[in-house]
Amino acid sequence: MTSEAADSAEAAGAIAPAADPGFLQRYGGTIEYVLIPGAALVGALAVFGIFVMLFGKNPLDLYFYMYQGAFGTWFSWQNTLTRAAPLILTALCTALPAQLGMVIIGGEGALLIGALSATSIALALQGMPPLVVQIAMVIAGVVGGGLWIMLSGALRQYRGVNETISSLLLVYIGLAILNHLVEGAMRDPASLNKPSTREIGAANMIGSIPGTDVHWGLVFGLIAAIASYILIYHTVFGFAARVAGGNIRAAKIVGLGVSKLILTVCFLAGGAAGLAGMVEVAAVQGRTNANLAAGYGFTGILVAFLARQNPLAIIPVAILLGGISASGGLLQRRLGLPDASVLVLQGIIFVFVLASDALYGRIGFLKGKS
Amino acid sequence: MADGSIGLWTVPLAVLGGAIRVSTPFLFVSLGECITERSGRINLGLEGTLVMGAMSAYGISYVTGSPWLGVLAAGITGALLGALHAGICSLPRVNDVAVGIALMLFGTGLAFYLGKPLIEPTAPRLPAIDFGWWSDVPQVRAALRVNVLFLIGVALAPILYWAFRTTRWGLLIRTAGESSDAARAMGHSVLLIRLRATMVGGFLAGIGGSFLSLFYPGSWNEGLSSGQGITAVALVIFARWDPLLCLWASLAFGGAAALGPALQSVGVTSGYHLFNAAPYILTLAIMIITCSPKRTLTGAPAELSITR
Repeated sequence: MTSEAADSAEAAGAIAPAADPGFLQRYGGTIEYVLIPGAALVGALAVFGIFVMLFGKNPLDLYFYMYQGAFGTWFSWQNTLTRAAPLILTALCTALPAQLGMVIIGGEGALLIGALSATSIALALQGMPPLVVQIAMVIAGVVGGGLWIMLSGALRQYRGVNETISSLLLVYIGLAILNHLVEGAMRDPASLNKPSTREIGAANMIGSIPGTDVHWGLVFGLIAAIASYILIYHTVFGFAARVAGGNIRAAKIVGLGVSKLILTVCFLAGGAAGLAGMVEVAAVQGRTNANLAAGYGFTGILVAFLARQNPLAIIPVAILLGGISASGGLLQRRLGLPDASVLVLQGIIFVFVLASDALYGRIGFLKGKS
Repeated sequence: MADGSIGLWTVPLAVLGGAIRVSTPFLFVSLGECITERSGRINLGLEGTLVMGAMSAYGISYVTGSPWLGVLAAGITGALLGALHAGICSLPRVNDVAVGIALMLFGTGLAFYLGKPLIEPTAPRLPAIDFGWWSDVPQVRAALRVNVLFLIGVALAPILYWAFRTTRWGLLIRTAGESSDAARAMGHSVLLIRLRATMVGGFLAGIGGSFLSLFYPGSWNEGLSSGQGITAVALVIFARWDPLLCLWASLAFGGAAALGPALQSVGVTSGYHLFNAAPYILTLAIMIITCSPKRTLTGAPAELSITR
C-alpha cells in the first residue's frame, strides 16, 4: 500500500463518502497500518528536531544530514543496506513469536550464540572447501540461535516461565558465555588488546553482492523475511499459529498442537537472529568478539514493533532504521552531535510508535461511513 | 592478625563488601519496581532510569558541588521517566512491556547524549561511614565502608513491607494490582494509582543510579551499568513481590556479582564472566523451579501482564 492510496482514501472520505463505501471497509485497515506508524515517525522526527534545537543546532540541517547520511549517495545507501541486513533478521526474532502472542526480546542473545556457533564450526572445518564451511556456518548459526530462543519457548510452554523475561535474561547469559569462551578456550593468543577467537579465514567470508559493497547478508535477510511472510500468511502452519495467537483455548479445542507450534516458531525466530550473528561474523567481523554485541538485537525489537510484526513490512522499516544508524557518523562530523543521538532518536521513535497503538480504529474518515 | 593469614579470607570479605556495595542499586531499583509491579504494571525501562539517574546525579553534583542534590536530581529524573512510562501505558491497547523496552533505549540514549561532557570532570562523591574502624586489616575496613544510601535502602525494605500490609496507600496499590475492577468499584482511578506507583518506582530507581555514579564505582561513563536495572526487575520476580525478600535477594545478587572479581583477585580467573552472569542464571533457575503452567507465581499481582 502506497501513500497515493492513502491520499485517494482521504479524498474519497472527504469528498464523496458514498461513492464507494466498500473501499474504506476493504482497505481502511491497511491504510491505517501505513498512516499511523508514518505519522508516529514524523512526530518522533519533529520531537527530535526540537531536542537538537535546544542544543543550538538547526533542525533543518539535522534532517538534511540524516537524509544525506542514510540515502543521499550510493555510498550511504550501501552503508544503510549493510546495517539493515542484521536488523531484518533480528526483527524476525520478535515478529514471528508475536504471531503467537508471545513477546520475545532476546534477539541479541540468539545473535551472539549464532555467531559463536558459526565461528566454532568454521574453525573446526578449516581446510574444507569454502562453500562447505559457509553452508555449515549458516546451519550452525540458525541451529544455535534457534535452540537459544526455543529454550524460552519451551520454558513458557512447559514451565509457565514468562518468555519476555527469560529471553532477556538469556541475552546476558549468552553474552557471558561468549565472553567466557572468547577470553578462555577459544581465544586467539595473538589478540592481545581485544580478546577474539581466531579468524575464520578470508576464503570463508561470504563477501559482497557483485557491484556493491553490501554483503550477502542482505539477501539472506530478504529471503528470510519473504519466507516468513509466506509461512505466516499463506500456509496452514501460519494460519494455525495465528489462530493460537488470537485465542489459545480455541486453538486447543480445534486440536492444534500448541506446544509444537510454539517450539517451531521460537526455533525459526531464534534461527533468524542466529543467522544475523553468522552474517556479522562471515561478512563483517571475520571472528567472534565482544564487538558483536552492537545492539542489533535490541534495535530489531523496535523494527518489529514499527512494522507491526509483519514480516514483509520489516524490510522497509529495517532499511529506514539502518539509514538512521548509518547517518549517525555524518551527524557526528557535520553537526557535532554525540554518537548517542541515534539511540535517542530510536528511543523517541519507539515511544511514539507504541503510543500510536491507541489510535487504531479511531480515525474518523477511515472507519468507512455507514 | 598476621599478614599472611588474610589470604584465604580475601574472597569472603570481598563478597561481603560486594554484597554491601554492589547490592545498593539492586536494592533501590527492586524496591521501586516492587511498588510499580504491585500496582499491576511492569516497568522494564528501569535500566534506562538507572542510567539517567546516574548521569543526572553526577552532573548536578558536579555543577552544584553537593552530591545530595545530585541524589535528589536523580530521583526527580527517575520520577519523570516513570511518569512518561505511566502516561503512555494509560493509553488504550498499549503494551507496558514494550513501552519499557522503548524507555530503556530512550533513557540510556539520552543519558549518553547528555552525559558526553561529564566523562572528563570529577564530581564530589557521596561520603561513606567507616564501620571497620575497629579492625586494622585494610580488607576488612574496605569491606565495611558503607554508604548512607545503603542504610536508607535497608531501612526502606521493612517500611515498605509494613506499608503494603497496613497503610491505606499500600492497600490501594495492592487492590489496583490484584483487581482493577475492585479498585474502580471503590471509586479510585486505577490509572492514577499506577501513575503514582510508577513515579515512586522511577524515583527509587533514579536514586539507585545516583549510587553508581556518586559512590561505587563512583564516576560517570557509558559502561557504568551492565544491566543492573534489568537484573533488578528480574530480582523482583525472584523475590515474589515481597520488599523484605527484595532486600535479601539484592544482597545475594550483590555478593554473587562480587564473586567474579574477588576470585580474580586471588588468581582464579577462568570463570570470571560466568560468575558475572550468576544473577541472571540464578533468576532463571528460580523462575524455572517455581513456575508451573498450571498456576502463576505465588504472590504475583493478578493484574500483571507478564504473569497472566
